[in-house]
Amino acid sequence: MNIKPETIDYWRTKWLTFVTFLKAWLEPSNLAGLRPKLEFQTGVLAGFSLIASVLLGVTNCSTQGTIQQRLDEDLKKSLEEVVPASYYDNDILQDTLSIPSAEFNIGAKDTLVYLAKKSGKVTAVCFKFIAPDGYSGAINMILGVDSAGNILGVRVLNHKETPGLGDKIEVAKSDWILNFVGRSLDNLNPAQWAVKKDGGVFDQFAGATITPRKSVQATYRALQLFKAKHAQLINQ
Amino acid sequence: MSDIYRRIAADGIWNNNIVFGQNLALCPLLAVTGTATNGLGMGLATLVVIIASNGLISVARHLIPGEIRIPVFVLLIAALVTLVDILMNAWAHELYKVLGLFIALIVTNCALLGRAESFASKQPVKLALWDGLMMGLGFLLVLVALGAAREISASGTLFANASLLLGESFKFLEVTVIPNYKGFLLMALPPGGFIMMAFIIVGKRMIDIAVAARKKPVEIKENCL
Repeated sequence: MNIKPETIDYWRTKWLTFVTFLKAWLEPSNLAGLRPKLEFQTGVLAGFSLIASVLLGVTNCSTQGTIQQRLDEDLKKSLEEVVPASYYDNDILQDTLSIPSAEFNIGAKDTLVYLAKKSGKVTAVCFKFIAPDGYSGAINMILGVDSAGNILGVRVLNHKETPGLGDKIEVAKSDWILNFVGRSLDNLNPAQWAVKKDGGVFDQFAGATITPRKSVQATYRALQLFKAKHAQLINQ
Repeated sequence: MSDIYRRIAADGIWNNNIVFGQNLALCPLLAVTGTATNGLGMGLATLVVIIASNGLISVARHLIPGEIRIPVFVLLIAALVTLVDILMNAWAHELYKVLGLFIALIVTNCALLGRAESFASKQPVKLALWDGLMMGLGFLLVLVALGAAREISASGTLFANASLLLGESFKFLEVTVIPNYKGFLLMALPPGGFIMMAFIIVGKRMIDIAVAARKKPVEIKENCL
């Protein structure tokens, strides 16, 4: 491409005039005269809003994929904690099924179930559930259960229980939550699905009964959801 | 010139400290200082944002008319915080999982708006950046001190889980100060924050009085009564 020297000179002078103008306009003395004007104030507010929204929009769009990837990694990590890797050879994050769960009081109208399959057959399922009635708010949990209904693992994803008392439901603080492994609706009767204080088999914590009680009850309800949808889930 | 830098530093870290001097930012302060590590995390996040917001507002100070300065400041601070939040979530995800909770809380930190209003909007960029750094450092120190005091009295440890925040090489920070400590739950809960902060503020005042007394013993005695 051939650009004439005159064209370059023309645009250079244009650019220089613009820069000189901008510099003069941005002089504090010039701005001091403009600041009391209503149209200037409106313009400034609109300008700042525009810059902020463009900046945020661009950042959001350019990082969305990365953030989703990170969240998937997080989810995968928690799935792996409750369903051992030996149980599946499929992409468990993509192999999902949404089932209605409103009547089970586990915090959501629909529950997304992750299906662990080995050579095409469902060996275990995994889903998140919520104990909506913890001591200080909802307790978010995740459950892995094999095709026969035995619990492979339960973990607390996040909660707001009292630090030092109720937070023993976290696996990092105490191994209480590991007591769920191997339990099922078959090997414990409904009365045993409770903390010891209520006549069940699960320990409560000194100074915090509500947190483990509600965690046990929510896990029980989650298992009932699995039992109710068993045929549908296993034959996927 | 260096005199004014020294004065800004002294103001930010001690005399006019965000917490001690201005009694601002108590919401994030009391909410996150359950442990020294959390305090450090919040302090670092606030430090970055307050420097950036001070600098930005100082650059644009001639553009911003007095009548609309508050909405513009709020807009700039909120945009900055959201930006840091998004970028950290994408590029420093492990750190974000620990600090993420605190980042959003910075928006509620009135100290940032306070610095924008009382300092950055009236001073040249260099001074505003320096003021942001010093105010941020002062806040960081209070957060860590309060967090450490609460953590030691609540659970007997110091900087627990610091390696999650700073990386494995900072494992040496994690110490058990009182072995076999039974724990004192109150200190980990919000009331403990208020109680411990009262002690720390009293301590700061006592040091101030002692220092002033050494300089001019007679005048200060009258003030104390």
